[in-house]
Amino acid sequence: MSAFSAIGNDREVDQNEFTPGIEPQPTWCPGCGDYGVLKALKGAMAELGKDPEEVLLCTGIGCSGKLNSYFDSYGFHTIHGRSLPVARAAKLANSDLEVVAAGGDGDGYGIGGNHFMHTARENHDMTYIVFNNEVFGLTKGQTSPTSPQGHKSKTQPEGNAKAPIRPLSLGLTSGASYVARTAAVNPNQAKEILVEAMEHDGFSHVDFLTQCPTWNKDAKQYVPYVDIQDSDDYDFDVSDRREAQEMMHETEDALYEGTVLTGRYYVEEGRRSYQQEKRHRGSMPEQPLAERYFDDSAEWERSFDYIDRHK
Amino acid sequence: MTNDELIWRIAGGSGDGIDSTSQNFAKALMRSGLNVFTHRHYPSRIRGGHTYVEIRASEENVRSRGDGYNFLLSLGDSFARNPKEGAYYGEEEVKPLSENLDELREGGVIVYDSGLLDTDDIENFDERVEENDWHVYDLDLRGLAKEHGREIMRNTAGVGATAAIIGFDLDYIEELMADAMGGDILDANLDVLRDAYETVQEEYDVDAHDVSVPEGEHEEEQVLVSGSHGIAYGALDEGCRFISGYPMTPWTDVFTILTQLMPDVGGISEQVEDEIAAAALAVGASHAGVKAMSGSSGGGFALMSEPLGLAEMTETPLVLVESMRAGPSTGMPTKPEQADLEHVLYTSQGDSHRVVFAPSDPEECYEQTRKAFQIAWEYQIPVMVIYDQKLSGEYRNVPASFFDQEPNPSLGSTLTEDEIAEAAHDEFGKFERFRHDPENGVSPRSIPGQKGGHFLATGNEHTPEGHISEDPDNRVNQMNRRLRKMRSIRADLDEDERQDVYGDESADFGLVSWGSQTGTVEEAVDRLNENGYSVKALSISEMAPFPERKVRDFLDSVSEALVVEMSTTAQFRGHIQKETGSYGEMLSSLLKYNGNPFEPAEIVEAAEIEIDDRLDEPSSQTRLEPAAGD
Ligand SMILES: Cc1ncc(C[n+]2csc(CCOP(=O)(O)OP(=O)(O)O)c2C)c(N)n1
Ligand code: SF4
Repeated sequence: MSAFSAIGNDREVDQNEFTPGIEPQPTWCPGCGDYGVLKALKGAMAELGKDPEEVLLCTGIGCSGKLNSYFDSYGFHTIHGRSLPVARAAKLANSDLEVVAAGGDGDGYGIGGNHFMHTARENHDMTYIVFNNEVFGLTKGQTSPTSPQGHKSKTQPEGNAKAPIRPLSLGLTSGASYVARTAAVNPNQAKEILVEAMEHDGFSHVDFLTQCPTWNKDAKQYVPYVDIQDSDDYDFDVSDRREAQEMMHETEDALYEGTVLTGRYYVEEGRRSYQQEKRHRGSMPEQPLAERYFDDSAEWERSFDYIDRHK
Repeated sequence: MTNDELIWRIAGGSGDGIDSTSQNFAKALMRSGLNVFTHRHYPSRIRGGHTYVEIRASEENVRSRGDGYNFLLSLGDSFARNPKEGAYYGEEEVKPLSENLDELREGGVIVYDSGLLDTDDIENFDERVEENDWHVYDLDLRGLAKEHGREIMRNTAGVGATAAIIGFDLDYIEELMADAMGGDILDANLDVLRDAYETVQEEYDVDAHDVSVPEGEHEEEQVLVSGSHGIAYGALDEGCRFISGYPMTPWTDVFTILTQLMPDVGGISEQVEDEIAAAALAVGASHAGVKAMSGSSGGGFALMSEPLGLAEMTETPLVLVESMRAGPSTGMPTKPEQADLEHVLYTSQGDSHRVVFAPSDPEECYEQTRKAFQIAWEYQIPVMVIYDQKLSGEYRNVPASFFDQEPNPSLGSTLTEDEIAEAAHDEFGKFERFRHDPENGVSPRSIPGQKGGHFLATGNEHTPEGHISEDPDNRVNQMNRRLRKMRSIRADLDEDERQDVYGDESADFGLVSWGSQTGTVEEAVDRLNENGYSVKALSISEMAPFPERKVRDFLDSVSEALVVEMSTTAQFRGHIQKETGSYGEMLSSLLKYNGNPFEPAEIVEAAEIEIDDRLDEPSSQTRLEPAAGD
């Protein structure tokens, strides 16, 4: 028996297995987009047949960060902005785990922006969901990196003087090999995209539009979205970086003008994930490292094996 | 001056190969049967700038650098810039000669590269030589090296000259060279070495002075290692297979050593975007079931405060190394200080706890790093190993057999799937990862991927099942349980009977030190006792949980004590007083914070002032801070 027998058993999984049997009831506000992410994520996991115990969900801090209180798997609710470094190391330590990281736009594009850039560039094999509600939710409505210019809040009473971050373009230029945007108001597309993102072998960045009825009443997130893959108006090749980039710019401009475009923007196949690249270079073992500690027959090199160089 | 020790200083410009040359020569001396100890002085520059390494070699055990030195090999700074008068770095070319004269002992030897240096550029050189009875050998080392190969081999020429002057057998050096290189390069180097050796023997009177290589014999084979090697090997033997970091001097030493080893032992090394990420990665890897370590120096460790607290709250085992250099801020990147003690003890929000070890030599670095991993994985708590730039980069010989110790891949209080099945689950079948009740504070853990063990780790306060909770009863229970760990750890550590007191048991005056200054303090104790005083020393290498009983026993046994530390504000003395709640009126401090570690004579001088109750000022580079109320 493997030391991690929850991993890789091919059984039918019901999405309700991801619901904690007991409390806590979500503390999210009524109508919050975060419910949509939770639902889509559970559905996607079930569709992929993931055992809850082979999944590690790492979150940051914020309303979004509470996701794993309501999603029953192995979980790590980390600190503000730091879900990615925790998550990617867990994946390096045990490459058989299904690792998903999630957090808000403040968490992911603000305080954790540096980690986002680097995790994307390294192309870690994991999925990153950013709850984009264009506002800081948990700390009560301050302006966030995705808030539009002019957005008024208690900390920017005269209106935000900064232009918003362009998350899709940032994901792409940083090096993510899968970039998509979906929205809580469309659970079916959201589920499909999450399935794809988890199946994708590399860093999948999903900018997930979530409405925050409490602090961001005029967010475009309520507006009916357009699925760019379904619409005849948008024809581009998702594997072409330049075309994807252009489409992203159009989407990012349109959002602040009131048109919500969603779908897959960039899918790069054939590029080695970080783990594969490290293995290819001989700087990471083939077997999941964590298994070794439970393997009685494993050989453990000692410093004495290396002491000759000091004689 | 004694002749039973050679203290050889090689000086040049940063980038001139001073480091590698000195390491090889130290090894050669070790192989000849001597005990060696190295001391490294370098500027925060890549190429150019005065740098030196000192090797102290003796038949006796050497635990410290000495007072001054007796042999200078001055190569000149070949990367020197700005030779203009009044330039910022000034007269760099001659610094490897001029800067070193103050500490050269009477009767000492100077070999300088006349191919690069001109003694006319040095003020009063001839007068000083005469006054101090120095023996000067002007050798065109550069020219000699060029003749056989390349200019860069002037190091080798210098070593050949040294061997001729002190009567050292070339075989030891030749063997090492053959190990390190081959082909034409080796041949050229050997030619340079022998030519320099013979030139000196033929053209100079090598018996005119009385500096010579001592003789010694080792009972068993020795290895030459630094404190950083001790830490790296301790981690390796304890099953550490994940290291994450961001370069910062002097932490980079451990980081590089382990990075080089990791592919060989099936481990992973990650150089990441910053220190927050570095420590967070170690937390993530540990959470997923791998023994992981990270570390940094002061400024980088400041960033690790967040993940450190996270590890404590989520009870994720973690080992962090803090390699101190002088601060505040980026301070002096290449100079040692012991002033991050409070930073390491207290950083991170809330009533957070961590274990802090402070080794004092390479062997203790190894042992305490192993212990750090054992405690971290058994008690699920962050453990820090704090040391400094001095211990990080100084080499000394250790019996090779010392490292022949069994590996320990045990994950401590981590359960197997079978054990998880037996463990407590709540009424909904959820694994109770953070149970309140364990006596020693430790609730066993599971690892993602294990059947039946899933839980939520969170930096928020949480229930036994891992749910976020602000319930007052739960809060008190969880805080108490985490606090109980520290008491259990102290009890565990007290079981090891360590010998930390040095010197005459009945002595009335005490010296107290920690970390890298310990060897120097012990050398000072020997000298003080030889001078007729009655002194003993205590070295404290566990900073938290603090060995209160042991420290009290020691302080109760002396009438007063001098606390020796490299800090401006007597942080270590403050720590002792805080932890024991007393002794303020009997503890005075000897402080040094000029960027250089103590020399034994400075400690001897200060102790004599204290013991004799004199009002003298100590040497200008140290400061005596009286006891409270004095
Ligand atoms: C280091 C740190 N700084 C600030 C906070 C306070 N804080 C908690 S959540 C949050 C912002 C959350 O906004 P976002 O990431 O957009 O998530 P949302 O709540 O909107 O889902 C902040 C600033 C914190 N917990 N830690
Ligand atoms: S504040 Fe906004 S983001 Fe947070 S739970 Fe309420 S609606 Fe959702």
